[in-house]
Parts: sequence; structure tokens; C-alpha cells
Amino acid sequence: MKLHEYQAKGVFADAGVPVPASRLASTVDEAVAAADEIGYPVAIKAQVQVGGRGKAGGIELVDDAEEAREAADAILGMDLKGLHVDRVLVEEAVDFVDELYVGVTMDRTEGEPVAMVSTRGGVDIEEVAAQDPEAIAREHVDPVFGMQPYEARKAVYGAGVDRAVARDVSSILGTLYDLWAARDATELEVNPLMVTGDDEVIAADAVMNIDGDALFRQPDLAEMEDEAAGDDLEAKANEYGFDYVRLEGNVGIIGNGAGLVMTTLDLVDHYGGAPANFLDIGGGAKAERVTNALDMVFSDENVEAVVFNIFGGITRGDEVATGINEALEGFDEIPKPVVVRLAGTNAAEGMEILNTDLVTVEATLEEAVQRAVAYAQDRAGATTGGSA
Amino acid sequence: MSILVDADSRVLVQGITGGEGTFHTRQMVEYGTNVVAGAVPGKGGQEVDGIPVYDTVGAAAREEDADTSVVFVPPAFAADALLEALDARLDLVVAITEGIPQQDMSRVYRKLRETDTTLIGPNCPGVITPGEAKLGILPGNIFSAGEVGLVSRSGTLTYQVVDNLTQRGIGQTTAVGIGGDPIIGTDFVGILERFEADTRTKAVVMCGEIGGEDEEEAARFISEYMDTPVAGFIAGRTAPPGKRMGHAGAIVSGGGAGTAQSKIDALNDAGVPVGDTPEEVVDHIEDVL
Repeated sequence: MKLHEYQAKGVFADAGVPVPASRLASTVDEAVAAADEIGYPVAIKAQVQVGGRGKAGGIELVDDAEEAREAADAILGMDLKGLHVDRVLVEEAVDFVDELYVGVTMDRTEGEPVAMVSTRGGVDIEEVAAQDPEAIAREHVDPVFGMQPYEARKAVYGAGVDRAVARDVSSILGTLYDLWAARDATELEVNPLMVTGDDEVIAADAVMNIDGDALFRQPDLAEMEDEAAGDDLEAKANEYGFDYVRLEGNVGIIGNGAGLVMTTLDLVDHYGGAPANFLDIGGGAKAERVTNALDMVFSDENVEAVVFNIFGGITRGDEVATGINEALEGFDEIPKPVVVRLAGTNAAEGMEILNTDLVTVEATLEEAVQRAVAYAQDRAGATTGGSA
Repeated sequence: MSILVDADSRVLVQGITGGEGTFHTRQMVEYGTNVVAGAVPGKGGQEVDGIPVYDTVGAAAREEDADTSVVFVPPAFAADALLEALDARLDLVVAITEGIPQQDMSRVYRKLRETDTTLIGPNCPGVITPGEAKLGILPGNIFSAGEVGLVSRSGTLTYQVVDNLTQRGIGQTTAVGIGGDPIIGTDFVGILERFEADTRTKAVVMCGEIGGEDEEEAARFISEYMDTPVAGFIAGRTAPPGKRMGHAGAIVSGGGAGTAQSKIDALNDAGVPVGDTPEEVVDHIEDVL
């Protein structure tokens, strides 16, 4: 789960990390009033969770109320890399002489957190990492001890941060690590961490991703989860408790287990189709989850055909078959053709239960995918006129 | 021969009195696994199908001479259960639990490094040596004893590939699901080196997926240290960057690291053929047997 910039900055500020003065605004008038209150110049920043907001026109620096109005009007309501902007952060513009990068993330190979510091802030750090890995100082942290002050200093001095601000930057890094640990973050990043002419250090941007598996013990962060920010279908999937990712194709995919669902997507592509989604109903799914999954995929208007692929371990074929029947018997006309393949636990029982008037049954994964791709292509051809 | 588990393994189940724990213990026993004890705090003195339950892992291991644990404890308490298993100095711990917070696993991993215990998982289907014993939730009936080792980050994809192998009359030595989380106890290399050392394993199937660099490391290991032929499969070719595809570990980073193509290229460079479909993987295995 990714926090918005304004949410992350709120968390930072509460922990004592200096951030610029700012106000959140959802209308042009609110934005102008906020800018007047903070004092010019201010930055007007789209609050959507995409990288490269600045380059895409989602951040404007303005010097007076008129410019603030123009910028807020342009940014509010804009479509930024597919996401609708409905809020902006109006923020004091910091007059900086230097831009640093600090971050904490999980090194999955080592199984422990790593802190990173660079004097090359303000640009895409992944590019810096690719072109000049030496420009980033890395310090692994023992998760049991937590970051020690010397480790923060080691990273900060090692990165070549100016001596005038090194102590403050070290202290901020220590605070950020503590936040990372206390709030179950998976990634925490300040880019840029700005240094002013008076040698003050201030977090001008804030990225904070929280471990979705730890939200049960971070109730205040769980409340920040912004379902409205994503796609409507993704919000619905959240409600149903599915792992769901929407894609752009027309073959809907439902399956159990991440690896097998990914494989089903890949096979749709391999056989010339285009996957519409990733939907993992999880292990041990009962009839109701199956019904919900079909409802999800049917409500994606891009979908022309559905492939339902279950390999039962803890999931039982008879439960799945019952769910498919129940879901489809509710329709006067099946909205989109459904191809089912059941294997594993109670697959034979499931096959017997399945109402083959309502679904097409295939014996293998490959056949099921090919059949669904063919259905989708037929229907897509029919709806686009197909009079050739 | 087999790796990790056989009919002689003495197995204890952590969380044996829970719904999943009881159900899968029954399945394991039915398959032939020698389940000697359960461990659940506060449930000491009870029995599950005649299997004695102890309050602590230490007591269960000591009294019943257990060397292996299978963990079905819910995510919020799982890290504690894993630390307890490590403290008891078992040989092998298999963590089935899905959804353990990353920072908890980071601490478990830190402790793991100080012990000689092998941890498989978490968020994995378990380990099976067909015809001998299984640890976890794998459906025993699709496996058959034979000469091919299998290692995978995914549960149901493992079943798919095993089913394809078995249908074509190709049996397995041992199949290991290493788990779909970012931090897991044993990576591909940890399993590949055991298959390489196992005299009965004549070929290995390795099923990877997007995210992380484990497959790339495995490719380096295969090219330097393995004589046993390996065939691969990589799931997630069509996954968009920045989206978590079900498994917490299955994510292509915004910067493009962890893509399926990078893994396929690394494996191909190591001389490992990668199938476009699960059936193609089985074709590659047929070719080398």
C-alpha cells in the first residue's frame, strides 16, 4: 500500500522530520486560498501515485495568486498517466542550494533493511543506480538492533554529504529508519532532501509504501488506504478480498494461486490473445468467492470471454463448480462465454457438477486458454462490425 | 535418496489444532508422513487423531524426538512460531503461512543465519518426496516417484507442472515449493545444490516468476556448479511493472528490475531451456532423460 505524498509528509512531520509548510486542496479556490496563506512562491503538486509527476505536468511552481489559479485549474481534473487528479498539495517552495537522496528499503536477497544516501538527489535514483552505482552509499541494518547512529553517519559521510549538514542528515536518516521499522514500511524515500542556503535540511518529497500484510497492526495507516484513487474494479476487488490487477486485453482470467494465474495470462498472450486481468481467488475458495470473481470479471466491459482455471490443492473442484453454476444460473443469458478447466483435488466431482449448458469445459490448461482466446476473437470481430 | 524429507523424518506440526492444521495433518499422515507430535500453546496434553500435542516446540521435539516442523500458525503469530522452531534446533522447518509481515520475516531470517536449521517458505505449499512423505498442503495424488527434482516459487504452478510430468510418465524425486514472499528461508540455489548432490535426481525443473533476482542467481549457480540438466519456466511475462501479481514477491520494480525476460535470458545464457508453456518444459525434460 502506497501513501500519498501529503499522507507520508504528515507521518514524517509527526516524527519530527522537517517538511515544507503545505495545505491539501480539492478545488481551485481552496488552492489559491492555501497559496495566499502560505505565501509565494508555492508549488502546486498533483496527489496521484505515479512516478515522474513533474515531467508529466503534475507539478507547477507559481509566484502569485493568478498563476496559482491557472496552475490549480490545469492540474485539478487532469489525467496523469491514467489517474484522475482530484487533489493538489499546495506547498511552500523551498529555496535550495543542494538536493540529496535518502531512503530505506528491504533488500530481499539479504533479508534485511538497507539505508541509502546520495548527493545526487532530485533525479530518478534508479537511473543514478544504473549509471553510477558508486554515487549511492548503502548501509545494511540489523533488523534486531535497528539503525545505530554510527551507521547513519557512515552512510551520510560515505556518500560525501557536505560536512555542514552531515549531522542533520544523519539524524534525519535515523528518524526515517525508525519510522520505517515502526510503521511496517517496505520502502521509504525522500527525493529530494533539500539543503537551503542557511544549511537547513528539509524533505521536499516523501514516498512511503506500507506492507499490506502488516496493516492489521497499523490501523491508522490502514484507514489512509485510498480505494478511490485506483481503478473502480480494483476497488471492488479490494472489497471482495481478491488479488486483482486490471490489464488492457479482452480475455478475463480467474484462477487460484499467483504463479498459475500469471502463467494463464502468459498463455493467453502466447496463443495470440490479450489478458484483461489477473484475478487470484486464493486457496480454499468456496462457492461465494467464485461467484464474486465471475461478477468482477463480467463487470469489466473490455472482457469478451473468460477462462476459469483451477488446480485444486486446498481448493476443491466441487466447491468451485458449485460456485460457477450458482453464479451463471442467475443470468437469463450468460453475459460472456466462460471456459472452465478443473484439475487436482475433487476435479472429477467438480466436472460432474458443472452445468455444461452454461460453460465450456476443457481438459487441459492449454486447450482452455486457446478456446477462450478464440471466443474472445470471435466476439470482438462480431462487435466491430466484421463484415469482411 | 531424496532431499529434505523421507519416510523416516519425524515431523511435528505447529498449529495442529487449528482448522487447516488438523485437516492437513490428516492428509500428511494418510500420505505416509511420520507425524509424531503437535505444538500449540495452551493445548498441551490434548491429542489430534492420537497425535500428542505439547505446549512448546521444545517439549514436542524433546519428548517425541522430532527433527522437522510444519508451521500452520496464522500470520500475526507466525514469526514467533518460526523463532520458536529455530530455537528448538530442528533440522527442517516448513512454513506454509501466507501473509507474514516482511519486517517479522527479516528478524526470523536474521536468527535463521545463526542456526543450522533449513527453513522452507513461508507462503509455500511445502515439500514432498513422492511415495514417502509430504510436508504441507500439496495434493499427494498428482505426484509419482521418479527421477526429476522440482523447485518452484508458486504452489499451484508446481501442481500444474507436476501433473504434466506425471501424465507423461515422468516421476519426481522431491518437489519443493520455496514460497512466493520477498524474504524466504531457502532460495533456488539452496535447493539446486541439494538436487545436484542427490544421486537419484537425473534432471531438475525450476519454476520461477517475476520479482527479485533469485532466478538470476540460480542461473549463475547452474552454469558454474551443476552437471544435472535443468529446464525452466518463468511466470509473469505479461505482468506490468509496479503491480504486485498476487505473491508479495512477484513484482517488477518501477525501474524494470525483476522482469521475466531478464530471468529467461539469464537461464538461457546458463544453458537452461525455458518453456513457453508448462508442456514445453516437460518436452525439455523428456529430451534429457
